[in-house]
Order: sequence, then C-alpha cells, then structure tokens
Amino acid sequence: MAIGKSMNRVDAYEKVTGQAQYTDDFFEGEMLTAKVLHSTIANGWVKKIDTSEAEKLPGVVKIVTCFDVPDIQFPTPGHPWSTEEAHQDVSDRKLLNQRVRLYGDDIAAVVALDSVAASRALKAIRVEYEEYLPLLSPEEAMAEGAPLMHEEYPGNILKHHTLIEGDYEKAASEDGLLFVEGDFQTQIVQHCHIEPPISYAYMKKDRITVVSSTQIPHIVRRVVGQALGIPWGHIRVIKPYIGGGFGNKQEVLYEPLNAFLSMQVGGRCVKLELTREETFICTRTRHAISFHETTGVRPDGRLVARRVKIVSNQGGYASHGHAIAANAANEFRHLYQADGALEVDVSTVYTSMASAGAMRAYGIPQAAFALESHMDDIALRLGMDPIELRKKNMMKLGYVDPGTGIACYSSGLEECIDRGMAYIHWAEKRKQYQNQTGPIRRGVGMSIFSYKTGVYPISLETASCRMVLNQDGTMQLQMGATEIGQGADTVFTQMAADSVGFLPENVHIVSFQDTDVTPFDTGAYASRQTYVSGMALKKTAGIFRERILDYASYMLQKPADSMDIRDSWIVCRETGEQLLGMDALAMESFYSLDNSVHITAEATNHCKSNTFAFGACFAEIEVDIPLGKIKVLDIINIHDSGVLINPKLAEAQVHGGMSMGLGYALGEQLLYDKKGKPLNNNFLDYKLQTSLDTPELHVDFVQTVDPSAPFGNKALGEPPAIPVAPAIRNALLHATGVAVNSLPLNPQKLVEAFTENGLLNGGALHV
Amino acid sequence: MTKIIHCTVNGQETEVAIDIRESLADMLRQRLHLTSVKKGCEVGECGACTVLVDGEAIDSCIYLADWADGKHILTVEGLRGPNGELSPIQQAFIEEAAVQCGFCTPGIIMSAVEIVGSGKQYTRDEIRKLISGHLCRCTGYQNILNAVERAVNEAYQFLQQGEP
Amino acid sequence: MYDIEKIYDAVSLDDAIRARVEDPEAVIIAGGSDVLIKIREGKLAGCRLIGIRAIKELEGISMDGDGCIHIRPLTTFSHITFHPLIREHLPVLGYAVDQVGGPQIRNIGTIGGNVCNGVTSADSASTLFAYNAVLELTGPDGKRTLPIAEFYTGPGHVGLGPAELLTDIMIAKKDYDGFGGHYIKYAQRNAMDIATLGCSAICRLNASKNTIEDLRLAFGVAGPIPMRCHKAEEAARGQLISPQLLEQIALTAESEVNPRTSWRASREFRLQLVRELSQRACKQAIIHAGGADL
Repeated sequence: MAIGKSMNRVDAYEKVTGQAQYTDDFFEGEMLTAKVLHSTIANGWVKKIDTSEAEKLPGVVKIVTCFDVPDIQFPTPGHPWSTEEAHQDVSDRKLLNQRVRLYGDDIAAVVALDSVAASRALKAIRVEYEEYLPLLSPEEAMAEGAPLMHEEYPGNILKHHTLIEGDYEKAASEDGLLFVEGDFQTQIVQHCHIEPPISYAYMKKDRITVVSSTQIPHIVRRVVGQALGIPWGHIRVIKPYIGGGFGNKQEVLYEPLNAFLSMQVGGRCVKLELTREETFICTRTRHAISFHETTGVRPDGRLVARRVKIVSNQGGYASHGHAIAANAANEFRHLYQADGALEVDVSTVYTSMASAGAMRAYGIPQAAFALESHMDDIALRLGMDPIELRKKNMMKLGYVDPGTGIACYSSGLEECIDRGMAYIHWAEKRKQYQNQTGPIRRGVGMSIFSYKTGVYPISLETASCRMVLNQDGTMQLQMGATEIGQGADTVFTQMAADSVGFLPENVHIVSFQDTDVTPFDTGAYASRQTYVSGMALKKTAGIFRERILDYASYMLQKPADSMDIRDSWIVCRETGEQLLGMDALAMESFYSLDNSVHITAEATNHCKSNTFAFGACFAEIEVDIPLGKIKVLDIINIHDSGVLINPKLAEAQVHGGMSMGLGYALGEQLLYDKKGKPLNNNFLDYKLQTSLDTPELHVDFVQTVDPSAPFGNKALGEPPAIPVAPAIRNALLHATGVAVNSLPLNPQKLVEAFTENGLLNGGALHV
Repeated sequence: MTKIIHCTVNGQETEVAIDIRESLADMLRQRLHLTSVKKGCEVGECGACTVLVDGEAIDSCIYLADWADGKHILTVEGLRGPNGELSPIQQAFIEEAAVQCGFCTPGIIMSAVEIVGSGKQYTRDEIRKLISGHLCRCTGYQNILNAVERAVNEAYQFLQQGEP
Repeated sequence: MYDIEKIYDAVSLDDAIRARVEDPEAVIIAGGSDVLIKIREGKLAGCRLIGIRAIKELEGISMDGDGCIHIRPLTTFSHITFHPLIREHLPVLGYAVDQVGGPQIRNIGTIGGNVCNGVTSADSASTLFAYNAVLELTGPDGKRTLPIAEFYTGPGHVGLGPAELLTDIMIAKKDYDGFGGHYIKYAQRNAMDIATLGCSAICRLNASKNTIEDLRLAFGVAGPIPMRCHKAEEAARGQLISPQLLEQIALTAESEVNPRTSWRASREFRLQLVRELSQRACKQAIIHAGGADL
C-alpha cells in the first residue's frame, strides 16, 4: 500500500535541481513587459490621465488607461460559478478603474520593451484625481455621510446576516448565569507566498493563452472570458509550478488585464509580474475582523446564552465577499454548542483599504482568536481549567449543523486535547506558573478548532480525473486539482497507486494544468482536494481497473472478477499468483492486431458531503516584560485530519501552518497611514518570521477514519494556521494575567499593556 | 549599454554579453537560463536569488552582473555530479521533506552549500542563524533545518573519517 | 534591471576621486545593498554610478605599530566579524555587524557604506561611537581625519566634502585596550530587520573588577543620529558596580536621548528600551570586562 507511507515528493527532484519551471522560467521569444499604474490616493475618482509625455519615451509600446477598458464589471474570487444569478459572486471591478477604492488601485497600464522603459513611462503619466476621505475602518465606512465605495451598497455594507439558534433573550434570562463579555480584533495580514503573482499572455489566431501562477486555472479561464467579454473556449490557461499561494492565488488577480494588454498589442506576448510591494497592497489580504462576544454561562461551565457581533473589513473590492465573515460565524456554531441559544450578527463592510480575500483557513483564524481567547476569559472568571470548560461544550460525534446538515462523522478532538496536555505537562505547568513575579515570566496556553473539508453545501463541489495507460504499463494521471506546494501531486500518486493496484513509481502525474486538455476541477482551496478530487480519482480508478481487467480477461481467457491488480501485475484474486505483467498487457492492448484498445478512464465526481477536521495547539512561552517580547519555548499542534495519506508531508503542512500562525500571533500586520497609504508593504517592514524567529515545531496526529471520505481523510492544508494565535494569547494571559485582545502581540503593544496593568514602573512610563 | 564579461559559471568559463543595468540574477536567468535563481523581492530580503560568488552566498538581485566579471559563480544547476547524481545536500532536502512549493529551495540550498563547505560542525541554533537570510512561507523552516543539519553532519563525519 | 544611466568602475582611489570631481552628481557604489535598492525605489533612478569595489587599497583590516586598528571601508560585515584582529580586540564591533540583515547581506554590505549612509539605525554606528572611531577622509586636496561623532551631521547626512571618500576607520589602542563590551540590537525580528534601538556599551574596570574606570554608552535610533550618553558615562566613572548604579546609568541615559515617534515605534516605547537595554548592555559589558554577574 502506498497510502500511509511517507514517500518522497514526486516533484522534489525537479525542485532541488532547479529544473522545476515556474511562470517566469519560460522564454517565449519576444516578451514585452507590462506594468500597472496604481492610484496614489485611497478614495476618489480619476478625473483625467495625461499619457502624452509617457508615450514619447523610447521603448514604450502601448499605454491604456481606465478610460480605455471595456465597460464590464467582473468577479474575481476562485469560487465555482453559480448558474443562479442570486448566488453569483459580486462583480464590482473593471480591468482598470476610474473610481479609486484603495491606495494602489489599478488605473492605467504600460506595455514596454523592458522594465526600465515601463517604469519610466509610469513616472511620466500625469493623473488628476477628485479625492474623498479615506475610509480606514468599518466604523468610518458605516458612518453617516461616508462616501459610498460602490453605489449599489448603501452604508458601504456589502452584506449583513444573522445566524440564530434558539431564543437568546429567553436563554439569557436563566437564573444564576455568569455573563462574560469581550472585544477582540484581528489585523490585516498578507499571504507572502515567495513567488509574486505573475502571468504572461499571447494570442495565436483568435485564441489567447495565459500562463499564470494560479491555484485555479479553470476559474481563471472563466473570469478572463467574463472580464473581456469573449467566449470562454477562446481562452487557454496554463498553470506551471507555483511558488506558493495560500489563498491569494485562489483569486483571479491580473490575468484578465494581462490578456487584455496582449490583445491591445496585436497578440504579442506580454508579461505582467508584480513586485513584492504591489503584491502586498494590490492583491488580497486576510480580513481584519472585529468581534464582540457576550456569553452567559452556568457556574458548572455549561454555555447557555451566546451572542456575537462580527464586523469584517472587506477593503475596496468584494473578492470573496461575505463568505469569509459567514464562515467565521459558523465556527461559533460548530466548535461549541450552547445549552440554550446562539445569535451571531455578521456584517461585511467596504473600506478604502487593500481588498481582503481568501487566506489559509478562510475566516477561521480570526474566529478562533476571538472565540478561544474568550473561552479562556470565561474559564478564568469561573475559576475553572480552560480545558474542562472546552470539553464540556465542544462538538461531539454525531453533531449535525442545523443550517447546512454537515455532520460530525468522526472526531479525534478529545484525544488531540489529551495528547497536547500530556506533551506540555499541562496540569503541572498551569500550577507552577501561577503567581509569578519578576520581569521574566512563563505561561502555558492552548486552543482548539474545527474545520470543514471543502465547501459543500455552500458551493458546488465537483472534480474530474483522467487516467491513461501507457505502452509500458505505467499510467499517466491527470488531475484538474492543482499542486501549489502542499504536496497534492504526491498524495494523488499514492491514491492512484493503491486505487488501481500500481506501484507508485508506475504512476506519472502530470503536474501542469492546461485548460485545453486538463480535466475540470475548481482548484486548490478549502482543503478540499484530497477529499473532493480524491473522490474523483477513486471513481476514475474504479473504471480504469475494470477496463484493464477486461483486457486481461481477453488475454488470459479468465473471468475478470477472478483477477486483481497488485503491484502493477494482474494477479489471481484468490491466490495472489502473478499472471500477467502490466507492461505485457499494455503492449498487447496497443499493438494487438486483433483487439487494439487504448485503455483510458475519465470521471467526474459531484461531491455531496462534507466532514469536520479538528485539532489543538499547546504553547509554552516566556515573556520578557520590560522588552515586550514573547519567546515560544515549546509548541505543538495536534491534528485530527483523518487518515494521513503521507504522514511526512502532512507533518510538513502542519509546520508551515504553525509558522504562519506564529507570525499572525506575534508580529505580522499590514499598516496604513492616515491617508490610507500602506506603510510597510515590503519584507523589511512586514515582519514575516525568519528561521531565527521560529521555534522547534512539534506535530502529532490522531488518525480517525472518516467514513464519508474517499480514503478516511479530512481537511489538512489550512487547519494548522488556526489555533496558534489564541494559544499564545492564552499563554500570555496565564503568564502575566494580562489579557491582550488584539493581534498581533507585538512588543510595543505588550509594553503598553503591561504598563497599563501595572507590571511596568508601577503603571507609568517615564516620559 | 552592452558589455562583455568573463566569469566561470558552474565550472564553465563563460563569456556573456550583458546590459550594465542588469543584476546578476537577471544575467543568470535571462542570458544563461539558469532559472533556479528565483526572484521574490528584488531587494535582498527573501534570499530566493542566492548564489555563491567566489564561494560566498550573496543575493544576486542586488549584485550587478558587471561585478561578476572574473568571478566564480555557482548556482543549483551546478551541483549535480557528472552523471546527474544529486549532491548530498539536495538528497537531504528531498528525504527530509524540506521542499514544498520549491521557490525558496534553490536559494537555501546554495546557502547550505556554503555552510556545509566550511567543513565545520554547527549547532542547530547556529544553522538557524546561517539560513536566516531566506524567507520561506511553506515549511516553518523545520524540515529545512533538519536537511541542512543532516548535510552538515554528514560532511563533518566524512571529513573526520578522512583524517588519519 | 536597474535604471542606471552609466557606471564608471574606478581602478584606484585617485581615479575614484578624479571621477567624482568630474561628475559631482555621480553616486558612489560599494557593496550595493543600499544604493541599488534606492535606484529600484526610484529615489536614485537614472543615476550615474562610480563603482569602487575594485579598489583593493580600500579593503582589509590591519594593526599599525601603535596598536591602532585600521578597518578599510570596503571590508564586508562578514569579513569584519571573522577577522582575527577584530575577534581579539574589537569583539563588540564584530558582534554588532553580525546583526546586520542576514548572512548574504553581510557578505556584500560594507562598513564604509553603513557609515556613509548616515542613518541612525546602522548596526555598526553605536559601537564605532563607543570605540571613539576616527575616520580618514580623502579628497582632491588630500587626507583629513574626523572623529565619527563629528562625521554624522543629520539623518542621512554625513560630513563628506565634495569628491571626498571615506578611506579608513581607525580605532586607537587606548580606546579598546582593556575594555569589555556588549551590543544589543533590539528589533522585532531576530534577523533581516532594522533596529528599533541599538545599544552599545563598553567599559574598563579597576584591578579588583568592582569599580567602573571608564564607560562608553552609545545608542542608535535614540535620536536623529547615533549618539553617546556622556552624562551617563560620567555618572558611572569611578563608581562601585551595583544594580543601583546600572539604574542610575539608565535614568541618566534616558535624560540624554531624544527618540522620535514613528510608525515603527513610539517615543515612549523607545525610551522604555533605552532604560532597559542600557542596563542589560552595561551588565553584560561588565562581565566581558572581567566583572561579576550582577
């Protein structure tokens, strides 16, 4: 069996030798360079653009402005399209925009012979604006008289809804409840994939090809068609290796503009590569979300009445829109069930900041920070161990979401918690670190989460797979699902090997997607591919096996059901005796003069299920109070992601998510000045963790077998990023008694909080 | 503004016509198609473009191609043996699952070449510092450290055995 | 590709000065880790460069007959850190420049560039202030020397005359002999970062190692340019080492510095760091000078 083995990545050889080709590694003869002119105001209108000086510069081929683009608004998120208009994504941007909605909005573009000529041209373009007040928070955006970011959305509210279970007022009136309230705020962070977004486009005859670093090639094809108003079949999208995505490339970014620019220069090849500075402000970010929680709890720790108000800062364009805040709201419903009522009021609000979109775990890291910090606050008020409080209220096997019907088919959550407690020596250290004094103090904290696997039933879940038998008895495996660094190609190889009965080395996966030939799949997001695309693979494998066995039956004159495929051999089902090598079978199937059959299989699976993955994080920290620094002494994530297809790669996924969680907890934050101009959109000032900032990362798994899954597996890619920040915040609370309710927990904020709480200089800084 | 420079790239004496405005990363990628040299920030913050110049790791994005004249340049393309066999460092990266999206990988491997090439043994914290000029968003550095540590130890043991 | 109009590669010091006289607007480029970034940002786009990398006489570290250590400006950070003379006599400087950026930056960045940028956050600066470094400047009219404290004239501004180049950084024996010290770079990250505050302390103790004979306390980012805290140093001289003395030094230093509020950090936060780091740096410096751990 290949599943469950830690086989080496199938793409590792190419990646350690420099052979792996990313979008910028192809040379197509002449490649023109495109650069985008970005607005230098955060909110307003472009009144006039003067390109005359820029056009005179040597090397400039073409300049287009927001006054030249098609009058078509299009959506950008990597969601499956909906045939029902009411469920379609918000279409609120054009290729270039006259209405400026954020600092760095796209208002013109230059195509030039080289990057220096393009940069010089950008500098020479003169823009006149009409400027409005920048809206730098949902509060400012919702205030009376605030300018509307989009005329169709009064009050700048993109969407609002209320999630109600039970009667809150009735539940809250129960005698003897303790009420705990809390305000929590998360910050804007960015994905920081190391490869910036890049694409190039060229035309042949009347068709346009776009090569792009994307997680979602088939969706890019659709959106390019929508944005340009051209038939989708005229567009071909190719996805080579990509240098990380984390949700930012689950978005159609500059591919439509890139295609448009190529069309403007007669189909010549145009490359559009973003700088790191542009990537921070002009692509997508993680939503900053504020939470106000009120919880009525019985003295025994049972949650009874819960009320949450969620306000999500969308930025200038809708992108994934309200879906992320709505997902955050669902975490309150899923992770704990009250013995009474839950009421969540959710709003997503346009502001004039970078557009927020999908980012690893889609709203749940924000929700987990608020929810799991609040749980520790409640435990503190009750004088109860935070774990006891959690276990009393958390989701149990058999839970069914009353809104969506998603059920808990398997849960290792309790065991995840128990293993974490044992690892970190919870009971001893919780006691040991009570009542510390002095400048350096220690604490332990933890948090838990639940996470869905894929997007059913909110959106369509569909995937296809193709298998082709080669002449040597190996197989070509083609997935619409994409490899973005997470190891998809390797685990699909393992799944295919086991599902068909081939040796893993006899499975050749095609890593690149090309929408002209690759089967349809919506792509890498929502931790869906091993589950949803895995189902398509399993279904295809069934057909492929059957066809191989049929041919074996013809060759060996034995009933097909008396045989099996194991280790790339046709074997006797009962005895396991090797009857026919796959190479011999394949050779005959191709070249038989009597019965030539090209054995292939292709199938679509429409997935109509979902399942919950779980996990916990435990952290021990040391706080240097006078310097405001948190040092993580020990940290572990324990996950129930069902059966692990490849344990070593699973562990590596968790490392990456933990590291992202640590950055979220301790330092990452995109900052703006009062005019809405980003201050730190580069790797020097945006504090992405280096190797010297990252502790040893420990990982453990509780492997449940999920009955709804193709291989017992559940979501894995995104969850590791969820529980880290609240675990650290709770450890800080334990160490110092100071509750810091906003992220990140950076030094200046901590020094201010310690001062306020009397830990430093008796409460007063010398100023 | 073309200029001819001479340098040794991956062991081969090379004559390259460059534009004096090019970075070494531009030259290696565009002129010599050594595309293991990646560009992630273009200001020396991410380390994806790291190559060795006369044995020292540098960010080739902030190093002018012109300065490579007369120098020895090594990129990941120059690491494999004559029959295509992987270097022990490359092998360690594969086996320790130190590779994910792969974009930072060639740069870190080049820093590892400098580290391992010193023939010294380092503590894990020293290795952390020696690779701190590389940003990786996929791995949390954990398996990268494992791979570099393994390669360092293997080389050190090999050298120890070699001594009488 | 960089927007550079022209590069002239100087072959000698005289050649570089001549080129600079001919084109006073041209920008001197050494390691490139600052100049190239400014070109890319647009601040220096379209500039003419004079490259000085090939001038061998501007590179290397040596000691003269008087025990004065000469660090030539083109010496890279990593070469400084690992040089035997630095390790033996100026370990604090070696340690300080080992905090710059990351390894690859330290392999190209030069100490001359670090000093000539004139920025308060330069990791080499506070320690060079503490060691009373003297700079040699060479121009068309010959050489002159200047104490480093007089070289820094304002944020991003240094006292280089027209067509003058920094040609030597000198630290006299009396300024390092018998001293122990410590540098603390405070930044949000432990690598690839700029200092929120840099604090360098070097001290010399009496024979019984219980009294401070001399203290030099210097800061980066505690004001518009790197600075020494002379009053704090004075307060320490001749005093018995004690926790109270460290506190006294810290409070005096706090009264001398003048950090500003920026989006990177508030004045109040930086003052807290001045108080805390001056004590921690002095404490460690005392240990390195042979004193006891307080």
